[in-house]
Amino acid sequence: MENRVVSAKELKAAKAKLQQGVVLSMRGISKSFPGTKALNDVDFTLRKGEIHALMGENGAGKSTLIKVLTGVYPKDEGQIFVDGVEGEAHIHSPQDAQNLGISTVYQEINLCPNLTVAENMFIGRTKNIRVHWRENEKKATEILNSLGIPAQANQELSRCSLAVQQMVAIARAVDMQCKVLILDEPTSSLDEKEVQMLFGLMRDLKNRGVGIIFVTHFLEQVYEVSDRITVLRNGELVGEFPISDLPQVELVARMMGKDLNDLADLEEIGQKKTAGEKVIYNAEKLSSAESKPFDFQIHEGEVNGFTGLLGSGRSESVRAIFGADRVTGGKVEVNGKKVNIAKPHDAMKAGIGYLPEDRKRDGIIADLSVRENIILALQVMKGFFHPMSRKEAESFADEYIKALKIKTASQDTPVGSLSGGNQQKVILARWLLNHPNYLILDEPTRGIDVGTKLEIQKLVLKLAAEENMSITFISSEIEEMLRTCSRLIVMRDRNIVGELTGDDLNQSSVMKTIAGGGQ
Amino acid sequence: MIQKTNSRKKHDLSQLIIPLAALGILIVFNLIRGIAIGDLGFFSITTRINNDGNMVLSGNLISIIDDASALAIIAMGMTLVTAACGGQDISVGAVGAISGAVFVKVLDAFGLDNISVLSIVVGLLAAIGVTIIFTLFNGTLVAVFKIQPMIATLILFSCGRSIAYMITGSATPQLNDKLINAIGKTIPGIPIPTPIFLVVIMALILGLVFKLTNLRLYTQTVGINQGAARLNGINPTAIKLLSFVLLGVCVSLASMIQVCRLNQLSHKTLLDAIEMDAILAVAIGGNSLGGGKFRLAGSILGSYIILMLTNTLNDMSVKPESIKAYKAIVIIIIVIAGSPAVKEKISAFWKKVHNSSRRAVAGR
Repeated sequence: MENRVVSAKELKAAKAKLQQGVVLSMRGISKSFPGTKALNDVDFTLRKGEIHALMGENGAGKSTLIKVLTGVYPKDEGQIFVDGVEGEAHIHSPQDAQNLGISTVYQEINLCPNLTVAENMFIGRTKNIRVHWRENEKKATEILNSLGIPAQANQELSRCSLAVQQMVAIARAVDMQCKVLILDEPTSSLDEKEVQMLFGLMRDLKNRGVGIIFVTHFLEQVYEVSDRITVLRNGELVGEFPISDLPQVELVARMMGKDLNDLADLEEIGQKKTAGEKVIYNAEKLSSAESKPFDFQIHEGEVNGFTGLLGSGRSESVRAIFGADRVTGGKVEVNGKKVNIAKPHDAMKAGIGYLPEDRKRDGIIADLSVRENIILALQVMKGFFHPMSRKEAESFADEYIKALKIKTASQDTPVGSLSGGNQQKVILARWLLNHPNYLILDEPTRGIDVGTKLEIQKLVLKLAAEENMSITFISSEIEEMLRTCSRLIVMRDRNIVGELTGDDLNQSSVMKTIAGGGQ
Repeated sequence: MIQKTNSRKKHDLSQLIIPLAALGILIVFNLIRGIAIGDLGFFSITTRINNDGNMVLSGNLISIIDDASALAIIAMGMTLVTAACGGQDISVGAVGAISGAVFVKVLDAFGLDNISVLSIVVGLLAAIGVTIIFTLFNGTLVAVFKIQPMIATLILFSCGRSIAYMITGSATPQLNDKLINAIGKTIPGIPIPTPIFLVVIMALILGLVFKLTNLRLYTQTVGINQGAARLNGINPTAIKLLSFVLLGVCVSLASMIQVCRLNQLSHKTLLDAIEMDAILAVAIGGNSLGGGKFRLAGSILGSYIILMLTNTLNDMSVKPESIKAYKAIVIIIIVIAGSPAVKEKISAFWKKVHNSSRRAVAGR
């Protein structure tokens, strides 16, 4: 097997010119930003009708490579060859890429939600001033049908589910005669069923000969749908592998540039602490504008989790606990004392912290510095008339930048310019600095690299064990929750349908409970 | 992956580069023009004896800074509202007329020929109180009912001067009093116009508020991401309302200055069209009109730039009727120079220069 792994050098030699069946070849691509070499002599080859996963941790150079390919960034060195073009392809703008048949569907869908599906598919593509919408609608219906996308051409886009919106974006790309389709984290906000729908579409396109570049953080999905994997690390090419030659553990190891020690580490640190006797938080019939009434309690030093499919109500439940949505009823006791939590500030006063699911929308204050972002919650607790001194703020920021190994040029750097994983650490730091008794982490590991994911999981266990903190940990990856939580609350259709502890904490019983035992 | 290395200090200064450069260019332009026509009168500062027999400083630069006082104070309040709400209050001129009417009405109640420190203090406090009621009306529409600031404040923009008229009637009371002149012009014995001090005092007060409270942090947080601000225990509605309260204080003070400078109240012309200049001052000062990070110093500089520009054009004997057109051209240039698109291009250009010079060094 080992000999089938192609090294960077061999690849380069093999790609002197475009071979049969290759739609895209990037050779020796380098790109620098002030202070960093984002890409160093990277090769990438995409064949006709293949799904090619581009893997690497945050900062490995995936996005830069994609942006060079789509003309967003000019490359410093290297050549790009595209099927159907004599010699080197010149891509200086996204429009150039588009014209060469390279289409991208981004994580954040960039369509117009208030236009119809058909309008979205054809907008900006006609050269005539007069637009034949009726014809377009007919054409759109044909395309949607042929791709099996469950949407009406005359439907307003915002009325479609996120998955369908994503598929419409793909349909638009496909209809523009694309040869290379780039999907950048397409599944991060889809539930399992929607992911399957998307995969169906991807396989269909593959059979039609489209080459698909698939960028994702979900390892299982890579193995479910891809044919080949290219791994980048620190801006350099690690190698290109057929999927069958690279077991999942080895992929992780190559992405991290380590043997699997770190994973083993986690197994070791994975000694879950047994929860204390004392009830830290207790809610009876708690309900909010977004969640149905539920009972919940957590003990001192306990790590529990809410699990369930997207939309099952797990995030809504913890938002109700923190008072993030309008609380409509229920009795809440913190440390045995009755408290009224109507808004986040009440929860903070009761010693509760909350790391929200959507880091960009609800977490970071993008234009403010790392320091200001770290001290924010503590500063609010101190009160409007008690600003902390610059010195105090600096030492707090310094302490947590070191403790959580936050990678930032300085404390004064705007937090929005940090990578996703480091932004998440800044928000974690914000809450840890506030020393809550009960910390709610909603999807703390979403969209961040494997290394940081492990760090956060370790930290959760450490906080519970050493500081007796009670923690609610929510993740879409059930494995992460099984590793960290000693109790799992399973939700379906906005109701708590089960609670798993002890020996029941395994993948199959979680799946069964989520799916519903009787059916 | 892309570690941006710009530190906060650099970042902060960069916000002031455009206004400082604009001010510099205006000064240099006047200097060259002065040399060319052999008259540097634009820069001369002399002393003269005013009507009350006091020695005062006089000259172009003094009158520019003096004239800009009301604008600079309103621009400070406008900066806070802009930062917190991501929009502007276009009713400041009209509300200023109401404030002036209340101020004069109170003075009138004490007797216009019998103005005392007490009547002025009571008048100012009453004006501030009434003005805050009106700005809070705007603030409530914006913060509670989530109406776009420009639309919300359009209401008082159109009816504010009618309300001012209802307070004082059609009369334009004259205020010829030593105390009024001490506020609007100079205090006997001090050669610098009082309004200049009032700008400094207002800036110092706000600076002190920033020092003693979290107003700056909260305002910026709410302006950048109010959802996240709420999840961190900040009440965005309260912060927005507070910004309107502070704007009310600024408007009242500016209105009093202007009434005292002109020695009369005219509900039609008091602070006429100041809202546009105030918004411009905020923009020229490098503050984002979409809210978030802000610098008061930028807006104050912006006010002085606007006045210096008007003054320069006057000095070049541009007809008053066409001044606005010339002013518009220069302001377009300043605003475009400070726009994100141009900033991006400039930083890209510097990167290129930097890279090629590095390559040249490496090549040796």
